[in-house]
Amino acid sequence: MAVVVFSSELQLFTGEERTEVGACRFKEIVAELVEKYEALTEDKLMEMAVAIDGEIIHTPFLETVGDQSELHFLHRISGG
Amino acid sequence: MSKTHVTTSINGEPVEFLCDPGDTLLDVLRNDLQMTGTKEGCGSGDCGACSVTMNGRLVCSCLVLGVEAEGAEIGTIEGIGSNDGLHVIQEKFLEHAALQCGVCTPGLIVSTKALLEENPNPTEEEARYYLAGNLCRCTGYDKIIRAVLDAAETMREGA
Amino acid sequence: MSEAREFKYIGQRTIRPDGFDKVTGRAQYGADLNLPGMIWGRTLRSPHAHAKILSIDTSKAEAHPDVFAVVTFKDFGSVEGESINAGEGAADVLDLARNCLADDKVLYHGHAIAAVAARTERVADDALALIEVKYEVLSPVLDVEDAMKDGAPILHEDMFTQGYEETPSSPSNIATRLEMKMGDIEAGFAEADVIVEREFRTPTAHQGYIEPHACTARYDEDGQSLVWCCTQGHFDVRTSTAKLLHIDLSKLKVVASEIGGGFGGKTVVYQEPVALALSRKSGRPVKMVMNRDEVFMATGPTSAAKLKAKVGAKKDGTITAMQGWMAYEAGAFKGSPMMPGVMTMFTPYDCGNVQVEGFDVVVNKCKVAAYRAPGAPQAEFAAEMVVNELAEELGMDPIELRLKNAAKEGTQTIYGPKLKTVGLVECLEAARDSDHYKSTLAEGCGRGIAAGFWFNIGGQSSVSINMNTDGTGTIIEGSPDIGGSRASMQMMAAEVLQIEPSRLKPIVADTDSLPYSQGTGGSRVTFATGMAVIEAAEDVVRQLKERAAAIWNVTAEQVDYVDGVAINTAGGEKMTLAEVCEAAEKTGGQISGTGNINARGAGPSFAVHLCDTKVDKETGKVDVVRYTAIQDAGKAIHPSYVEGQLQGGAVQGIGWALNEEYIYNDDGVMENPGFLDYRIPLASDLPMIEAIIVEVPNAFHPYGVRGVGESGIIPPLAAVGWSVGNAIGRKVEELPCSPPRVLSLIQNG
Ligand code: FES
Ligand code: FES
Repeated sequence: MAVVVFSSELQLFTGEERTEVGACRFKEIVAELVEKYEALTEDKLMEMAVAIDGEIIHTPFLETVGDQSELHFLHRISGG
Repeated sequence: MSKTHVTTSINGEPVEFLCDPGDTLLDVLRNDLQMTGTKEGCGSGDCGACSVTMNGRLVCSCLVLGVEAEGAEIGTIEGIGSNDGLHVIQEKFLEHAALQCGVCTPGLIVSTKALLEENPNPTEEEARYYLAGNLCRCTGYDKIIRAVLDAAETMREGA
Repeated sequence: MSEAREFKYIGQRTIRPDGFDKVTGRAQYGADLNLPGMIWGRTLRSPHAHAKILSIDTSKAEAHPDVFAVVTFKDFGSVEGESINAGEGAADVLDLARNCLADDKVLYHGHAIAAVAARTERVADDALALIEVKYEVLSPVLDVEDAMKDGAPILHEDMFTQGYEETPSSPSNIATRLEMKMGDIEAGFAEADVIVEREFRTPTAHQGYIEPHACTARYDEDGQSLVWCCTQGHFDVRTSTAKLLHIDLSKLKVVASEIGGGFGGKTVVYQEPVALALSRKSGRPVKMVMNRDEVFMATGPTSAAKLKAKVGAKKDGTITAMQGWMAYEAGAFKGSPMMPGVMTMFTPYDCGNVQVEGFDVVVNKCKVAAYRAPGAPQAEFAAEMVVNELAEELGMDPIELRLKNAAKEGTQTIYGPKLKTVGLVECLEAARDSDHYKSTLAEGCGRGIAAGFWFNIGGQSSVSINMNTDGTGTIIEGSPDIGGSRASMQMMAAEVLQIEPSRLKPIVADTDSLPYSQGTGGSRVTFATGMAVIEAAEDVVRQLKERAAAIWNVTAEQVDYVDGVAINTAGGEKMTLAEVCEAAEKTGGQISGTGNINARGAGPSFAVHLCDTKVDKETGKVDVVRYTAIQDAGKAIHPSYVEGQLQGGAVQGIGWALNEEYIYNDDGVMENPGFLDYRIPLASDLPMIEAIIVEVPNAFHPYGVRGVGESGIIPPLAAVGWSVGNAIGRKVEELPCSPPRVLSLIQNG
C-alpha cells in the first residue's frame, strides 16, 4: 500500500503524520483521504501539488502511484 | 499652447517637427517621429536608456527639450550600423551576450560609441565609470564591459 | 538522463536570433506601439497610505474637452472574491481588482484610484487634478511587527488568520500562519555543543527592471479586443483582464511585446484592465505607460521581513537542529512569499530536526509581487548568516562545515519529499577549489560565503514547429523571452532536427495563436518550454520519417533519421530534411509538430557564492572587490546566457544587500521612488562577476536542464552581509549594508 505523509500544516486536519492508502489512482486516493479525515476537503487537496517518490507534480489529477510509493502533498510553487 | 517648429538633423538626415514647448527630445523622438529605438526608463536622467548624442555630446534625451534640437545634430541608435551591417560595438554586444532583455542596450551602445570616440583605449575602470550612467538590471555588467573592451580593441586594430 | 552525452549544438554560444533587432533599436517593447487614433491614459494615485474613500467625483475631469473617459473601480462591474490562476499561482480576483483600482479604501501610498484617458499624456496628467476624492484618513501600519500587535489598525475587517487549529474570531493583519517541522527540535538542540541564534531584518526591495510597465489596449465591440503589453505571462494577462472586464477569453488577444526586464514583477496586471476599460468607454485605443515613481510606489516590490534563525551543532560540525521564524510583509493584500521562505530556509542542509514558523502579514505598502526565487533570499539570508557564525564558533572552514552537512540525493526536506539528485556538494567543491577561495584576502577586506536553494518549476507550455518547403522552420512558443530564451529554444529544436540552429526561427506568439502557456517565471522556460520544443521537434522527426517512408514505399520504422537526413534502411536511399519538406505537398500536406505539455520533474538548482568586500571605515561605504557565483545548471544549453543569469542574479542580490531599500516617512509615504535614491548597482560599483557553471543533470529533462534564473539571487544577501561583518569585525543583522548602517555598526557595535 502507498503511504501518504502529511505536512505539519495538513496534520492540523488529519491529526496524524502518515497513513496508508489502498487506491492507486490519485483521484481515488483523494476520495479515500477525504472520507477518512472529516476536516479535510477535496478542494483543499486538489489545490495542492504532490510529490510522488520525490518527483514534484503540480497537477497530479491523473497520476497513479505504485504499491511502495510515498506521497507528499505540498504547496504549489510559482516563482519569479 | 501653440507648437514650436523645429528644424534639426537626426542621424545625418534633415528633420522638421512641431512640438509643445514642454516636450522632451525623447518624447519627440518616440511619439512624434516614431523612433522608438531610444527608450525611456526613468524620465529623470538616472538610467541612460534614452542616451543620444547632440552635437557629438552624449546626453539623456529625457533631459533635453525638443525645441533645443533646433539647429543641432542628433545621433540615435537608429543611426548606428548601416544596411551593410552592424557596427563593431553592436556585433560585440551580440557576441558577448551583453544583453538579456535588451532594453538598456540602445542607450548603452550609443554611450559606448561616445566613449570610444573620446577614448579609444579605455581601461576596465574607465569604461565602468563612463557607463555608470547607463543602468542595466539584467546582466550585472560583466558581459557588457567585456563587449566594450573587445569592441575597443577591434576598432583600434581596424583604425 | 544521467550519463553525459555528446551534443551537436547544445552548449554552443550561438548569436541569439532576436539580437539584431535589439542592438539596432528595432525591437518593440511595451511602450513602443502606437495605434491610429490612440489616446493616453494616466492614473490618479492615493496620497495617503491608509484611508477610507468617502467619495470620488469625476465630473470635472469628464467635462474637460480633451478628456475621453474616466474610470474607477465601478467600471469593473461586479467582482467577486474567487480564486483564478493568474500569474504567480492562484490570485483572488477581488484583491486583484482592488489593487488595479481602489474600491472603498486606499491601502498604500500610490494606490490607484481612477484613470483618465485624454488626447495627450500631458492633458491626461493635468485632468487627474480635476478628480475630487474625499478621504477619511486612517493611521497606517508600516511595519510587520506593528501590524502583528494586538490593537494594530486593521487593513481588512474580513481577514481572519488561517493556519491555526481554530480560526480566530477577530480580524487580524496576519493572513496566514504556517509551521513546518520534522524530527524533534528540542532533542536536536539538546544534542548540540554549540548553538547560534540571531534575529535579522531585510528591507522592501524592488525588482528594478529598467522598462516601466506599459501597454496599449483597444476594445472592440465585435470581440477582437487587443492588449499589447510587456509581461512575463500574456496568457495570464488575458485571464485577469478578461475576468475584470467580463469578456470571453477568445475575444481578447494579448500580445507580449519584447520585455525590458521583469524578474517576477511583470507576472501581475496593473494597468492592462484599466487601459482596456478606458478604451471601452472612449471608443479609442489607449496607451498607458507608468512613470518611474509609479513603478516604485505601486508595483512589484518584494517583502520586507523580520526573521529569526537558530542552529545547533556538535563539536565535529554535525548540525543537530535548525529553527526559524519569519514574518513577511505582503503589502496591502495577503500573499507574501512567506510559504516558499519556510520551505527553502534550511533546505541546503541535511538535518533531521527542523522547525520553521512563518507569518504572512498585510501592511500599508504596495502589494508585493514575485521577485526571483520569491521568499527564499530573505529566509536563506538568515539561515546562511547563522551557519557562517556556527563555523566561526566551531573554528571550522565554512565550506567544510557545509560539505559535512550538505543536502544531497535522499535528504529529507521539510516540505515533504526527499531530494532527488542535486548539485550542492559539487557547487561547494567548486567553490573550495576556485581561485577566488584560494586567494588571500587583502588587508582590510572581508570574505563571505553562502549557499542558496530554489525548487524551480515545470508547468504548462505549448509549442508548435511549422516546417517550410525549404527545410527551414518556425518555432512558435508562448513564453515571453526575457533573457535570451529564444536562443535556447532554437538550439534544442536544432539538436533534435539535426539542422543548423539559424534555420529555425523562434517566435513568441500571441494568445490567439497558441494554446495556453504559463508565464516566464520560476526558472521554467528553458526547462519546461524547452521540453515542449523537444517534443514538438520529435513530432516533426516522426512525420519526416513517415513522409520519407511513403516516398520509398517502406514503413516508418524502416527509416532512420541521422544528421538531418532520412535514410531508408531497407533500400539505402537518402533524403535531407529539406527534401522531405519540399515533397510535403505530395505526401499529405505540410509538416508541423506540436508539443503541448504540463511539464513535471523540475530539478532544483543550488548556488554557492563567494564575496570579498572592502569597507571604508570612515564613511561606511562598502566596495565589492571580488565576486564568484557558482551554480548547478543541470545542463547549460547556452552557456553565455546561463552565466548571464548567474551574474545578473548575483548583482541584484548585491544591490539588495548593499543599498536597495524603500524609505517611508511616518505617514507611509515612500520617499525614494526613483533610481537616484533607490540605488541599484551601477557599472562603476562592481568588479567582474566570475561565473562557474556546475552541471549535475536533472534526470527528468531529456538534456538534463534544471533552470538557472532564480537561485542566483539567494546567496548574495548572506555572502555580502557576512563579508561586510567580517571586514569590520561585527555581526550584520540588518540589510542593506548601506553606509550609515555600516558606520553605526563600526561605531556602536
Ligand atoms: S529615461 Fe532618460 S535617463 Fe532614464
Ligand atoms: S539587458 Fe535588461 S536592463 Fe540591461
